Parts: sequence; structure tokens; C-alpha cells
Amino acid sequence: MADISIKGLKKTYPGSTELATNNVSLDVAEGEFMVLLGPSGCGKTTLLRMVAGLDFPDEGSISIGGRDVTYLPPQDRNLSMVFQSYAVFPHRKVRTNIGFGLVMKKVPRDELEKKVAWAADLLQLTPYLDRYPAQLSGGQRQRVAVARAIVMDADVLLMDEPLSNLDALLRLDFRAELKKIVQQLGSTTLYVTHDQVEAMSLSDRVAVMKKGQIAQLGHPITVYEEPADRFVGGFIGSPPMNFLEGRVTQQGALEVAGQSTEAPEFLARSAARSGGLPVMVGIRAENIYLEDRGTPGTLDATVEVVEPLGHATLLTMDLGGQTIKVQVASTVRVSSGEKVGLRFDQAAIRFFDTETQLGLTA
Amino acid sequence: MLLIAPSIVFMTLLFGWPMVSGILQAFGGPEGLTTANFTRMAQDPYFWSSVGNTLLLIVVMIPIQFVLALAMALLIRAKPRGSSVYFYIWAIPLAVSDLAAGLVWLTVFTDRGYLNSVLASVGLEPVSWLAYDNYASMFMAVLIAEVWRATSLVFVIVVAGLQSIPKDYEEAAGVFGAGFWDRLWHVTLPLLRPSLQTALILRTILAFQTFAVALALTGQNFPLVVGETYRWYTGLQDANVASALALVVMAVSMVTAVGYLKLLKDQSEAPR
Repeated sequence: MADISIKGLKKTYPGSTELATNNVSLDVAEGEFMVLLGPSGCGKTTLLRMVAGLDFPDEGSISIGGRDVTYLPPQDRNLSMVFQSYAVFPHRKVRTNIGFGLVMKKVPRDELEKKVAWAADLLQLTPYLDRYPAQLSGGQRQRVAVARAIVMDADVLLMDEPLSNLDALLRLDFRAELKKIVQQLGSTTLYVTHDQVEAMSLSDRVAVMKKGQIAQLGHPITVYEEPADRFVGGFIGSPPMNFLEGRVTQQGALEVAGQSTEAPEFLARSAARSGGLPVMVGIRAENIYLEDRGTPGTLDATVEVVEPLGHATLLTMDLGGQTIKVQVASTVRVSSGEKVGLRFDQAAIRFFDTETQLGLTA
Repeated sequence: MLLIAPSIVFMTLLFGWPMVSGILQAFGGPEGLTTANFTRMAQDPYFWSSVGNTLLLIVVMIPIQFVLALAMALLIRAKPRGSSVYFYIWAIPLAVSDLAAGLVWLTVFTDRGYLNSVLASVGLEPVSWLAYDNYASMFMAVLIAEVWRATSLVFVIVVAGLQSIPKDYEEAAGVFGAGFWDRLWHVTLPLLRPSLQTALILRTILAFQTFAVALALTGQNFPLVVGETYRWYTGLQDANVASALALVVMAVSMVTAVGYLKLLKDQSEAPR
């Protein structure tokens, strides 16, 4: 086990002028589960491949356990990896697939067998040890890929969207299992995904990436509740955070959709100084409450679409010309066209600069 | 039945009928069916030396060609600058007829050829490379010419095979600690097996039929089995013995092909 220290990584793929990673720095502590999250093309896989040694950066450095590995080939880095395509060798039986890395490390035979048996047991592969990958289901092949990675006792465990090829139900099952296994191993893990639910549920810390840079790095709940910018708020959460155009007046009132409520202290102060401040108001769907039209402290809105989800009901509403998503308990009965009042949970409201899109805090 | 009728007619006319008549000819004689043609074939002084030469050529040439083709294909895949140009250059011999290739190499190895000119210019004695009494150099000349001419077939098949292997497998092998040779031995070659099998069968069958290069370079001095077929048919005007020889070549080719298929059977494709 070891920590990973990434400093100022820059990488441009041949034939492209855009930076795949633009000056990325990231420290992963020993034993930490770090998730790289972002939309496709954000550079998260490139970053992982550079840590693996499958690609080399143009600038910057990577060290694992204090050892500079920036330009070492993958076989000299002492890591293991789960590939998105699994990359389980089709010509080898499950047993020799799992043992591949140990054979390469020239581990003695009895120790190798013991470890393969242990991993097979952990991942419920024992009945399939003498089968070829072509004789396994997708989920089983995925388990082989994970088993092959965990027998290695490597410094670092890398995973590149390991669950993305599984069907939804299997993914849910295996996610919890994976978390359990990694916790048991306690290995330093770098995990790439575009699925924000995976990122939230698995990680100790999550690095949200956008256009080759880390937009926000932090504890998953922090990232969820206090997105550093509009992109993060819009990317994490389902439905994504609502963004409403608003304005803090010189008098300290927050105006949204032609209606006004009270603005927080720090914004009121800077608005008083600058004579009014345009802001982007961010609020998550579950932090908005439905009230009767006209209740003091609420904003007038009209229900447009009602989507029952089972565990909750998702409402799409019109708030003075802006669209807003509201999540209410499934017991709430509303119908489209209904005129209601919306109360925002004041503690959950986030403000963003209209130009830089960055979060505004006190 | 109606739908496959055209192909049955075609197969019968162009494949079945010539083969049957060839077999009949091989066993044919003035008094009905006989094995006399095979006896005459085997008693001919050139026959066993031609068999020996053919086998020796195959045993030495095929490993050389496969190592070369694989090395070339791996070099191409590493995508050095201008790799696509190399691909076409290395594939050129595919388009050269074997007789032409033999004649080209004749200009190199003949007594007053390029090789001897080079030797003379650096002050060395010229050598009669293709002389009857210089078996080793004669064999080497045929070998070099055949390697030059026919490696590109293996090369093209191997390149196609390599392209069909996802990069992930080698990357995974690298991550799990395999260096270049381990990756080649444990991952690339096994995954390349179907292509290697195809190339091996094709190349071996074609090697049994090596003929024009040896004829151009050595005339009758380095007899090969198919060369003997040609000699019996045109020189000795005996179509029956020529057919017998052709039949032997076909039988050996078929046995080899089946042998390769059995030997290189892919276990992982076993029924579930």
C-alpha cells in the first residue's frame, strides 16, 4: 500500500490540440478510496492511464509511495487494475487468469494457489475456476477481473469504470460488494466513473473533473451539498441542482422570478456596496417544499409535469418563466396546472456568480 | 436444393471432375487400374532427393518466415514513423510472380551475378553459388529467394490478426507485471493463434508446391517434388506418373493441414 502524488500533469494526445489533462494535481492518501468523476472526455481515464503507465504525460510527475514513476512502464509500478472491458484473457481459464499477475511476479506455487483460492472464494468464483471466460456471463467475467486485481497485493488498485458494462441490477449488487472488498483490503484505490451515484456511494473523496481539470475535490457529501461551481452542481445529483436567475437588491432582498425573499447576510452586504448583485441561485429538488399558494415566504409556481417515481414524486414547475424541478413525498397529491407556493430550505440554497459560475460563500 | 444447385454444379465441374480424372490417371495404365505409376515414380533417381529437398526446405524455411513475419508485424504495430509505407513495401513480394522472383535472385547468385561482383570488388574470390557440387550454397540461395518471396503472405495475415486483438489484453498484461517477452508469449501469441494457424496451413501447402524459384535458380540441380511433376509431364511426357506425383503432394498437404488443425486446437472455444 502506498499513497499517490500527482503533480501538474499535462497531456495532449497526438493529433489533438486540446489538453486531455490540464495541469492536474491530486494527492491520494494511503488506503484512501478516491473516485475520479466526470462526463466523457473530461480526462479522467487519461489521468488513470497515466497513473497506470499506459500513457505518459507531457509534463508533470506521478509518484507512488514516494517513488517517482512518471515514465516507468506499467510492469514496474507494482499496481493492479480492473479494466472497463474486463480484459480477461480469453485463452486462459479463470484460475490462470486470476493467477496471471502472481505468475509474472514469480510467486511460489503453493502461495499462488492459496491466493487464487482466497480470491475465488471472496468473489464466488470457486465453481468456475476451470472454465474459460467465453463460458461465463458478463457479471462473472467482471468478478474474474476484480479477483485478478485483488490477489496482487499491489501498492495501488486502479479501476476504470468497472461496473459500466453490467446491467442495472447487477451493478447495484456488485457496487456494495466491491465497497466491502476494497474496505477489507484497505488498498489505495483510484476509481474512474461517469456515474455520480457510484462516485457518491463508493468514495472516501471524489474529484469531479471537467475539461481536463479538477473542478472540485472533497468528501462526496460536501461535493453534493456544496458544489464549488455550477458545473459540479449540475453534474452531481439526480435530478441535478436547479439553477435560477436572481438578483440581490441594494436593500438586501433576493429577487427570483419577480418575487422577493430575504437574502443571506454576506450577499446583502456586498450587494449594498455594489448597488445590486446578479446571482445564480442553486437549490436541489429535495430541498424545496410545497405549500399553499400565498403562504408568506413562498414563491408562486405552477405545476407542469407530475412524474411519480415510486419512492418520491418529481414535479416540473414553472416559476415565473423559469423551469424548476421539485421532489416531494409520493403521498403528496398534485396535478398539472395546479398553482402552488414553493418554500426553499434556506440552509440548502447555494449562490453562484453569474459570470464565473463559481460558488459564492461567506 | 435448388438454391445450392449452382454451387454444386460449379464444384463438380471445376473441382470434382478434374480431381476424379486426375486420380484415375494416376492409377491408370494400358491394362486398366494399376499402381505401376507410383512404382515408376518412386524408382526414379530424382524422386527421393526431391522429397528430401522439399522437406528440408519446409522445415528450415517456415520457422524463419514466421519469426520474420511476426517481428515485422510487431514493428508495424508499434507505429514508428512511416509504418504504413513499410507495410506496403513489405507486402510487395506478394505481387511478384514466383518465376520472376527466381529470375531476380538468379541475377544475384549466378556466376557473374551481383553477389560475385561485390565479392570481386572487395578482392574476394567469386563462388559458384548455384553449382551442382555446392549443395549448401544452392540450398541457401533457394531458401533466401523463397523467404524473400513468400514471407509477405505470412506477414499480411499476422498484421491482420494483430489488428483484431484489442489493445486491452496487452495493457492488462503489462499492468500485471508482464514485460515484452511475457506479453508476447502469454498474451499476444495465444490470441494470434487463429491467424498463425491459417498462415501456417497456407504457407506449408504452398511450400510443398515450391517450384519456379528453384527451377529458375538451379534448373534440375535442386529438384523439388512439384518440379518433378512438371518434369514428368513435359520432359518425360508421362501424364500418369505426373498425376501420381500430384496426388502424393495433395495427400501430404491434406494430412499436414488436418494435423495443424488438430495440433493447434483452441481449447477455450470448447462447447459450453
